Amino acid sequence: MVADPVSLQLTAELFPNGIGRYAVGGLLVGLGAVVIYIGTGIPAGASTFLESTLSYVSGQSRFQQYVSSRDWRVVFTLGIILGGLAFAATIQSGLITTSLYEAGTTGELYEVGGVTLWSTAVQPWRLFLGGILVGIGTRIGKGCTSGHGVCGVGSASKTSLVGVATFLTVAIGTAQIVAAMGVSP
Amino acid sequence: MSEDRHPLFMPLIFVGGLIFGFGLGFSQMARPEVVLNFLQFEDFGLLFVMFGAAIVSGIAFAVMPRIRDNAPLTGDRYERRLKPFDRNVLVGGAIFGVGWGLSGICPGAAYASLGVGNVTILWALAGMFAGAYLQGVWRSKRATTETAPAGAD
Repeated sequence: MVADPVSLQLTAELFPNGIGRYAVGGLLVGLGAVVIYIGTGIPAGASTFLESTLSYVSGQSRFQQYVSSRDWRVVFTLGIILGGLAFAATIQSGLITTSLYEAGTTGELYEVGGVTLWSTAVQPWRLFLGGILVGIGTRIGKGCTSGHGVCGVGSASKTSLVGVATFLTVAIGTAQIVAAMGVSP
Repeated sequence: MSEDRHPLFMPLIFVGGLIFGFGLGFSQMARPEVVLNFLQFEDFGLLFVMFGAAIVSGIAFAVMPRIRDNAPLTGDRYERRLKPFDRNVLVGGAIFGVGWGLSGICPGAAYASLGVGNVTILWALAGMFAGAYLQGVWRSKRATTETAPAGAD
Protein backbone atom coordinates (compact mmCIF):
# COMPACT_ATOMS: atom_id res chain seq x y z
CA MET A 1 0.00 0.00 0.00
CA VAL A 2 2.86 2.34 0.81
CA ALA A 3 4.35 1.86 -2.63
CA ASP A 4 1.05 2.22 -4.45
CA PRO A 5 1.68 5.17 -6.76
CA VAL A 6 -2.00 6.16 -6.94
CA SER A 7 -2.45 6.48 -3.19
CA LEU A 8 0.92 8.21 -2.90
CA GLN A 9 -0.16 10.76 -5.45
CA LEU A 10 -3.50 11.25 -3.74
CA THR A 11 -1.75 11.73 -0.40
CA ALA A 12 0.54 14.31 -1.96
CA GLU A 13 -2.45 16.17 -3.35
CA LEU A 14 -4.43 16.16 -0.13
CA PHE A 15 -1.38 16.92 2.02
CA PRO A 16 1.08 18.97 -0.05
CA ASN A 17 2.99 19.86 3.13
CA GLY A 18 2.87 16.39 4.62
CA ILE A 19 1.15 15.66 7.90
CA GLY A 20 4.13 15.67 10.28
CA ARG A 21 4.06 19.28 11.37
CA TYR A 22 0.28 19.22 11.73
CA ALA A 23 0.21 16.04 13.78
CA VAL A 24 3.09 17.08 16.06
CA GLY A 25 1.62 20.56 16.48
CA GLY A 26 -1.79 19.08 17.28
CA LEU A 27 -0.30 16.73 19.86
CA LEU A 28 1.40 19.70 21.54
CA VAL A 29 -1.82 21.74 21.53
CA GLY A 30 -3.58 18.79 23.14
CA LEU A 31 -0.73 18.32 25.61
CA GLY A 32 -0.99 21.97 26.69
CA ALA A 33 -4.69 21.54 27.39
CA VAL A 34 -4.04 18.24 29.18
CA VAL A 35 -1.36 19.72 31.47
CA ILE A 36 -3.89 22.29 32.65
CA TYR A 37 -6.67 19.72 32.95
CA ILE A 38 -4.62 17.26 34.98
CA GLY A 39 -3.41 19.93 37.38
CA THR A 40 -6.61 21.90 37.77
CA GLY A 41 -9.53 19.98 36.31
CA ILE A 42 -10.22 22.93 34.00
CA PRO A 43 -11.02 22.18 30.34
CA ALA A 44 -9.47 25.38 28.99
CA GLY A 45 -10.77 27.32 26.04
CA ALA A 46 -9.20 30.35 24.42
CA SER A 47 -12.19 32.54 23.61
CA THR A 48 -13.50 33.08 27.17
CA PHE A 49 -10.42 35.28 27.65
CA LEU A 50 -12.10 37.89 25.45
CA GLU A 51 -15.06 38.33 27.80
CA SER A 52 -13.19 37.71 31.04
CA THR A 53 -10.66 40.41 30.13
CA LEU A 54 -13.47 42.82 29.20
CA SER A 55 -14.71 42.45 32.79
CA TYR A 56 -11.64 44.47 33.89
CA VAL A 57 -12.87 47.51 32.00
CA SER A 58 -16.62 47.03 31.57
CA GLY A 59 -19.39 46.78 34.14
CA GLN A 60 -21.75 44.99 31.73
CA SER A 61 -23.50 42.26 33.68
CA ARG A 62 -22.74 39.62 31.06
CA PHE A 63 -19.00 39.79 31.81
CA GLN A 64 -19.25 39.57 35.61
CA GLN A 65 -19.53 35.78 35.63
CA TYR A 66 -15.91 35.66 34.50
CA VAL A 67 -14.41 37.88 37.21
CA SER A 68 -13.20 34.89 39.27
CA SER A 69 -11.34 33.32 36.34
CA ARG A 70 -10.10 36.43 34.56
CA ASP A 71 -6.64 36.50 36.14
CA TRP A 72 -5.63 32.98 35.17
CA ARG A 73 -7.11 33.44 31.72
CA VAL A 74 -4.73 36.37 31.20
CA VAL A 75 -1.86 34.11 32.28
CA PHE A 76 -3.06 31.35 29.91
CA THR A 77 -3.18 33.78 26.99
CA LEU A 78 0.24 35.22 27.86
CA GLY A 79 1.54 31.66 27.85
CA ILE A 80 0.07 31.06 24.39
CA ILE A 81 1.63 34.26 23.04
CA LEU A 82 5.03 33.42 24.55
CA GLY A 83 4.72 29.82 23.32
CA GLY A 84 4.34 31.22 19.82
CA LEU A 85 7.35 33.44 20.42
CA ALA A 86 9.35 30.45 21.69
CA PHE A 87 8.55 28.68 18.44
CA ALA A 88 9.69 31.75 16.49
CA ALA A 89 12.91 32.06 18.51
CA THR A 90 13.86 28.42 18.10
CA ILE A 91 12.50 26.63 15.04
CA GLN A 92 11.38 29.58 12.92
CA SER A 93 14.77 31.22 13.52
CA GLY A 94 16.68 28.06 12.62
CA LEU A 95 18.23 27.67 16.08
CA ILE A 96 16.66 24.23 16.15
CA THR A 97 16.31 22.55 12.79
CA THR A 98 13.67 20.00 11.96
CA SER A 99 12.54 18.53 8.68
CA LEU A 100 8.98 19.24 9.80
CA TYR A 101 9.46 23.01 9.47
CA GLU A 102 9.42 24.81 6.17
CA ALA A 103 9.48 28.58 6.00
CA GLY A 104 6.80 28.43 3.34
CA THR A 105 5.73 31.05 0.86
CA THR A 106 2.88 32.61 2.79
CA GLY A 107 3.12 35.98 4.48
CA GLU A 108 6.43 37.63 5.16
CA LEU A 109 9.43 36.65 7.27
CA TYR A 110 11.39 39.43 8.94
CA GLU A 111 14.05 39.64 11.56
CA VAL A 112 14.28 41.52 14.83
CA GLY A 113 17.33 41.09 17.06
CA GLY A 114 18.29 37.76 15.54
CA VAL A 115 14.78 36.30 15.91
CA THR A 116 12.99 35.40 12.69
CA LEU A 117 9.43 36.60 12.92
CA TRP A 118 6.53 36.09 10.55
CA SER A 119 3.66 38.32 9.56
CA THR A 120 0.54 37.59 7.54
CA ALA A 121 -0.32 38.97 4.12
CA VAL A 122 -4.06 38.49 4.71
CA GLN A 123 -5.65 41.90 4.34
CA PRO A 124 -6.43 43.83 7.54
CA TRP A 125 -10.11 44.34 6.65
CA ARG A 126 -10.56 40.57 6.48
CA LEU A 127 -8.85 40.13 9.83
CA PHE A 128 -10.82 42.91 11.51
CA LEU A 129 -14.26 42.08 10.10
CA GLY A 130 -13.65 38.36 10.55
CA GLY A 131 -12.40 39.05 14.08
CA ILE A 132 -15.62 40.85 15.01
CA LEU A 133 -17.68 37.88 13.82
CA VAL A 134 -15.34 35.46 15.63
CA GLY A 135 -15.75 37.50 18.82
CA ILE A 136 -19.55 37.48 18.57
CA GLY A 137 -19.91 33.91 17.33
CA THR A 138 -17.57 32.10 19.71
CA ARG A 139 -19.18 33.72 22.73
CA ILE A 140 -22.77 33.14 21.63
CA GLY A 141 -21.94 29.65 20.40
CA LYS A 142 -20.37 28.63 23.76
CA GLY A 143 -16.90 27.96 22.44
CA CYS A 144 -14.26 28.17 19.77
CA THR A 145 -11.80 25.86 18.09
CA SER A 146 -10.10 25.03 21.40
CA GLY A 147 -13.11 24.93 23.74
CA HIS A 148 -15.45 23.02 21.41
CA GLY A 149 -12.86 21.64 18.99
CA VAL A 150 -10.23 20.29 21.39
CA CYS A 151 -11.78 19.95 24.86
CA GLY A 152 -15.41 19.49 23.77
CA VAL A 153 -14.70 16.95 21.03
CA GLY A 154 -12.23 15.27 23.42
CA SER A 155 -15.11 15.01 25.88
CA ALA A 156 -17.33 13.49 23.16
CA SER A 157 -19.79 16.30 23.92
CA LYS A 158 -22.68 16.27 21.46
CA THR A 159 -23.05 20.02 21.82
CA SER A 160 -19.41 20.50 20.83
CA LEU A 161 -19.59 18.04 17.95
CA VAL A 162 -22.58 19.94 16.56
CA GLY A 163 -20.81 23.25 17.22
CA VAL A 164 -17.66 22.12 15.38
CA ALA A 165 -19.66 20.70 12.47
CA THR A 166 -21.51 24.02 12.23
CA PHE A 167 -18.55 26.39 12.28
CA LEU A 168 -16.39 24.13 10.12
CA THR A 169 -19.06 23.81 7.41
CA VAL A 170 -19.87 27.53 7.41
CA ALA A 171 -16.17 28.47 7.44
CA ILE A 172 -15.46 26.23 4.44
CA GLY A 173 -18.38 27.76 2.54
CA THR A 174 -17.30 31.28 3.44
CA ALA A 175 -13.66 30.77 2.52
CA GLN A 176 -14.61 29.19 -0.82
CA ILE A 177 -16.97 32.05 -1.67
CA VAL A 178 -14.44 34.71 -0.68
CA ALA A 179 -11.76 32.98 -2.77
CA ALA A 180 -14.17 32.61 -5.71
CA MET A 181 -14.79 36.36 -5.56
CA GLY A 182 -11.09 36.80 -6.20
CA VAL A 183 -10.13 38.11 -2.76
CA SER A 184 -6.53 37.03 -2.09
CA PRO A 185 -4.89 36.82 0.26
CA MET B 1 -11.26 29.35 44.29
CA SER B 2 -9.50 32.66 43.70
CA GLU B 3 -8.39 33.34 47.30
CA ASP B 4 -6.56 30.20 48.34
CA ARG B 5 -5.07 29.08 45.13
CA HIS B 6 -2.31 26.55 45.14
CA PRO B 7 1.07 28.28 44.57
CA LEU B 8 1.60 26.13 41.49
CA PHE B 9 -1.78 27.00 39.95
CA MET B 10 -0.63 30.01 37.93
CA PRO B 11 2.74 28.49 36.91
CA LEU B 12 0.94 25.41 35.62
CA ILE B 13 -1.59 27.46 33.64
CA PHE B 14 1.35 29.38 32.17
CA VAL B 15 3.27 26.24 31.20
CA GLY B 16 0.12 24.75 29.68
CA GLY B 17 -0.34 27.94 27.65
CA LEU B 18 3.31 27.82 26.53
CA ILE B 19 2.98 24.28 25.18
CA PHE B 20 -0.38 25.11 23.62
CA GLY B 21 1.02 28.21 21.87
CA PHE B 22 4.21 26.45 20.78
CA GLY B 23 2.04 23.73 19.24
CA LEU B 24 -0.04 26.29 17.37
CA GLY B 25 3.18 27.82 16.03
CA PHE B 26 4.65 24.43 15.12
CA SER B 27 1.49 23.31 13.30
CA GLN B 28 1.44 26.67 11.47
CA MET B 29 -2.21 27.05 12.44
CA ALA B 30 -1.04 30.43 13.75
CA ARG B 31 -0.77 31.46 10.09
CA PRO B 32 -4.17 32.54 8.69
CA GLU B 33 -2.99 31.58 5.19
CA VAL B 34 -2.55 27.96 6.26
CA VAL B 35 -6.07 27.89 7.73
CA LEU B 36 -7.51 29.47 4.58
CA ASN B 37 -5.68 26.90 2.42
CA PHE B 38 -7.33 24.20 4.49
CA LEU B 39 -10.80 25.74 4.22
CA GLN B 40 -10.30 26.09 0.45
CA PHE B 41 -9.43 22.36 0.24
CA GLU B 42 -5.84 22.99 -0.83
CA ASP B 43 -4.20 21.30 2.17
CA PHE B 44 -6.11 19.02 4.53
CA GLY B 45 -3.27 18.76 7.04
CA LEU B 46 -5.03 21.03 9.51
CA LEU B 47 -7.43 18.20 10.32
CA PHE B 48 -4.52 16.56 12.11
CA VAL B 49 -4.08 19.58 14.36
CA MET B 50 -7.66 19.67 15.59
CA PHE B 51 -8.24 15.96 15.81
CA GLY B 52 -4.74 15.22 17.06
CA ALA B 53 -5.31 17.67 19.89
CA ALA B 54 -8.81 16.33 20.55
CA ILE B 55 -7.51 12.76 20.78
CA VAL B 56 -4.80 13.72 23.27
CA SER B 57 -7.24 15.66 25.43
CA GLY B 58 -9.84 12.91 24.98
CA ILE B 59 -7.48 10.40 26.59
CA ALA B 60 -7.04 12.67 29.59
CA PHE B 61 -10.78 13.34 29.86
CA ALA B 62 -11.44 9.61 29.82
CA VAL B 63 -8.60 8.47 32.08
CA MET B 64 -8.25 11.14 34.78
CA PRO B 65 -11.70 10.71 36.40
CA ARG B 66 -10.89 7.01 36.83
CA ILE B 67 -7.51 7.60 38.46
CA ARG B 68 -8.36 10.43 40.82
CA ASP B 69 -11.46 12.20 42.04
CA ASN B 70 -10.02 15.68 42.33
CA ALA B 71 -7.43 17.80 40.58
CA PRO B 72 -4.41 18.34 42.85
CA LEU B 73 -4.14 22.12 42.44
CA THR B 74 -7.80 23.10 42.77
CA GLY B 75 -9.59 20.20 44.39
CA ASP B 76 -12.11 20.43 41.54
CA ARG B 77 -13.66 17.24 40.31
CA TYR B 78 -12.46 15.88 36.98
CA GLU B 79 -15.33 16.37 34.60
CA ARG B 80 -15.76 16.33 30.88
CA ARG B 81 -16.48 19.54 29.01
CA LEU B 82 -20.21 19.18 28.49
CA LYS B 83 -22.36 22.18 27.70
CA PRO B 84 -26.11 22.25 27.21
CA PHE B 85 -27.26 22.35 23.63
CA ASP B 86 -29.56 25.09 22.43
CA ARG B 87 -30.09 27.23 19.35
CA ASN B 88 -27.18 29.50 20.38
CA VAL B 89 -24.71 26.73 19.54
CA LEU B 90 -25.93 26.80 15.93
CA VAL B 91 -26.36 30.57 15.61
CA GLY B 92 -23.05 31.38 17.30
CA GLY B 93 -21.27 28.58 15.48
CA ALA B 94 -22.49 29.91 12.14
CA ILE B 95 -21.40 33.49 12.96
CA PHE B 96 -18.02 32.20 14.12
CA GLY B 97 -17.78 30.14 10.92
CA VAL B 98 -18.27 33.18 8.71
CA GLY B 99 -15.61 35.05 10.69
CA TRP B 100 -13.17 32.14 10.65
CA GLY B 101 -13.67 31.57 6.94
CA LEU B 102 -13.21 35.26 6.17
CA SER B 103 -10.13 35.81 8.33
CA GLY B 104 -8.54 32.38 8.75
CA ILE B 105 -7.99 33.02 12.43
CA CYS B 106 -9.58 31.82 15.68
CA PRO B 107 -8.90 33.10 19.21
CA GLY B 108 -6.17 30.69 20.39
CA ALA B 109 -4.37 30.80 17.06
CA ALA B 110 -4.57 34.60 17.10
CA TYR B 111 -2.72 34.80 20.43
CA ALA B 112 -0.04 32.40 19.17
CA SER B 113 0.11 34.32 15.89
CA LEU B 114 1.00 37.48 17.78
CA GLY B 115 3.80 35.48 19.41
CA VAL B 116 5.32 34.32 16.12
CA GLY B 117 5.60 37.99 15.14
CA ASN B 118 2.35 38.60 13.33
CA VAL B 119 1.72 42.19 14.37
CA THR B 120 -0.97 42.52 11.70
CA ILE B 121 -3.09 40.03 13.67
CA LEU B 122 -3.81 42.85 16.12
CA TRP B 123 -6.56 43.79 13.65
CA ALA B 124 -8.20 40.43 14.29
CA LEU B 125 -7.69 40.68 18.05
CA ALA B 126 -9.21 44.17 18.10
CA GLY B 127 -12.14 42.78 16.12
CA MET B 128 -12.56 39.83 18.51
CA PHE B 129 -12.69 42.12 21.54
CA ALA B 130 -15.14 44.41 19.74
CA GLY B 131 -17.34 41.46 18.80
CA ALA B 132 -17.22 39.95 22.29
CA TYR B 133 -18.11 43.37 23.71
CA LEU B 134 -21.02 43.88 21.32
CA GLN B 135 -22.61 40.54 22.15
CA GLY B 136 -21.95 41.18 25.85
CA VAL B 137 -23.78 44.52 25.78
CA TRP B 138 -26.65 43.00 23.84
CA ARG B 139 -26.99 39.99 26.13
CA SER B 140 -26.62 42.09 29.29
CA LYS B 141 -29.49 44.28 28.11
CA ARG B 142 -31.62 41.33 27.15
CA ALA B 143 -30.97 39.65 30.49
CA THR B 144 -32.16 42.72 32.42
CA THR B 145 -35.24 43.41 30.28
CA GLU B 146 -36.40 39.82 30.34
CA THR B 147 -35.17 39.25 33.91
CA ALA B 148 -34.88 35.64 32.87
CA PRO B 149 -31.49 34.18 33.66
CA ALA B 150 -29.50 34.15 30.44
CA GLY B 151 -27.91 30.86 29.55
CA ALA B 152 -24.62 31.12 31.37
CA ASP B 153 -21.83 29.14 29.90
